[in-house]
Amino acid sequence: MKLESNFKNMVLVLTIISLIAAGVLGSVYQVTEEPIAKAKAEKQQNAIKQVLGNFDRLEEEVLEGITLYKGYVADEFVGAAVEASENGFGGEVKIMVGFDKEGNILDYAVLQQAETPGLGTKMVDWFKTDKGNQNIKGKNPGEKQLSVSKDGGDIDAITAATISSRAFLGAVNKAYAAFSGGDVNAVSGAPNVHHQSAESASCDSLQSTVADSLSVITDSINVIND
Amino acid sequence: MKSLNVIINGLVKENPTFVLLLGMCPTLGTTSSAINGMSMGLATTFVLICSNVVISLIKNLVPDKVRIPCYVVVIAAFVSVLQMCMEAYVPAIYETLGLFIPLIVVNCIVLGRAEAFAAKNNAWYSALDGVGIGLGFTFALTLLGAIRELLGTGKVFSMTIFAESYGALIFVLAPGAFIALGYLIAIVNRLRKA
Repeated sequence: MKLESNFKNMVLVLTIISLIAAGVLGSVYQVTEEPIAKAKAEKQQNAIKQVLGNFDRLEEEVLEGITLYKGYVADEFVGAAVEASENGFGGEVKIMVGFDKEGNILDYAVLQQAETPGLGTKMVDWFKTDKGNQNIKGKNPGEKQLSVSKDGGDIDAITAATISSRAFLGAVNKAYAAFSGGDVNAVSGAPNVHHQSAESASCDSLQSTVADSLSVITDSINVIND
Repeated sequence: MKSLNVIINGLVKENPTFVLLLGMCPTLGTTSSAINGMSMGLATTFVLICSNVVISLIKNLVPDKVRIPCYVVVIAAFVSVLQMCMEAYVPAIYETLGLFIPLIVVNCIVLGRAEAFAAKNNAWYSALDGVGIGLGFTFALTLLGAIRELLGTGKVFSMTIFAESYGALIFVLAPGAFIALGYLIAIVNRLRKA
């Protein structure tokens, strides 16, 4: 009653089963393609609304791989939602940060993260909770140093998730750099610009030192040109 | 009567997690909270039921020497269908479970039941076996997730039982999964012998 295991039967059965599976997958893909795209777009729209508040019109701008959504109310610039990412503990951390026109942080939303559940995943609301120095809302990355206190910054890291916190704040700083029209690469990987910590032998401090010296050089060149 | 026995068998006598110790990867990886454990269990249950039914229907058409590749293709197809549907309709759960959904393909519970049960029984009993084993797995994962969530963060299904500061962080991390699972298996063994 069972089909004999000869070459013809085996090839035939495997081919037919694979074809049927491919057909099923193709049709399910067609059915779910639209809802998946819709769910993603909706999530992004909601994130923009959440972090930016009121706006009439959005203008999209891409700056060195970072997307800015500039919000306008009656043709007046009110602020921007900036999508930035940084490598975290378990992969890419992608966030949406809202700035008002002065550069103060309005709110943020985490779009994508694969951090440790119960630790790094707390970033979703850790940095907007009023407790100690962990809230970044209302702060201006141009005035305050948004990096974890371990690295000499002004923000309390998530308990037992310093790497995730660094990645998060790194992304915030990148977003601010793009928002203020600065050099995005100068802050990448090194969320903190000035190191005061004892662990300054780490590679991101080296990177930030290089970035620092570079900016000093550009400054001097500007002076010479003047 | 046999129908009921098949379900009970999966839930208790051959509980995949506590008795057969199958599918340890998702068991340890996804149970950091009760809701994660439960979603993973239900996702696996769906795949188990579908693949068991289809495999028992095609068991006579598949030559013995290529049966494993055929079963894997069937299982993988159902997992991909599930993955796309979850991404489309429950994106929040899809994001938390992430990589563990495609990994259901290589979960040895699914292939194990295909080989040990579905390939020898008719579609009806195979479906029931899928329900029994699937619910047994879901129950085990939810219980383990709830214990880890409670001991680690003081919550169960995100409802606060005691303050988070009393929780032991280790239970949310991977070592806590081993510790909690070890004690659970010890308790189950003690109860089975009694």
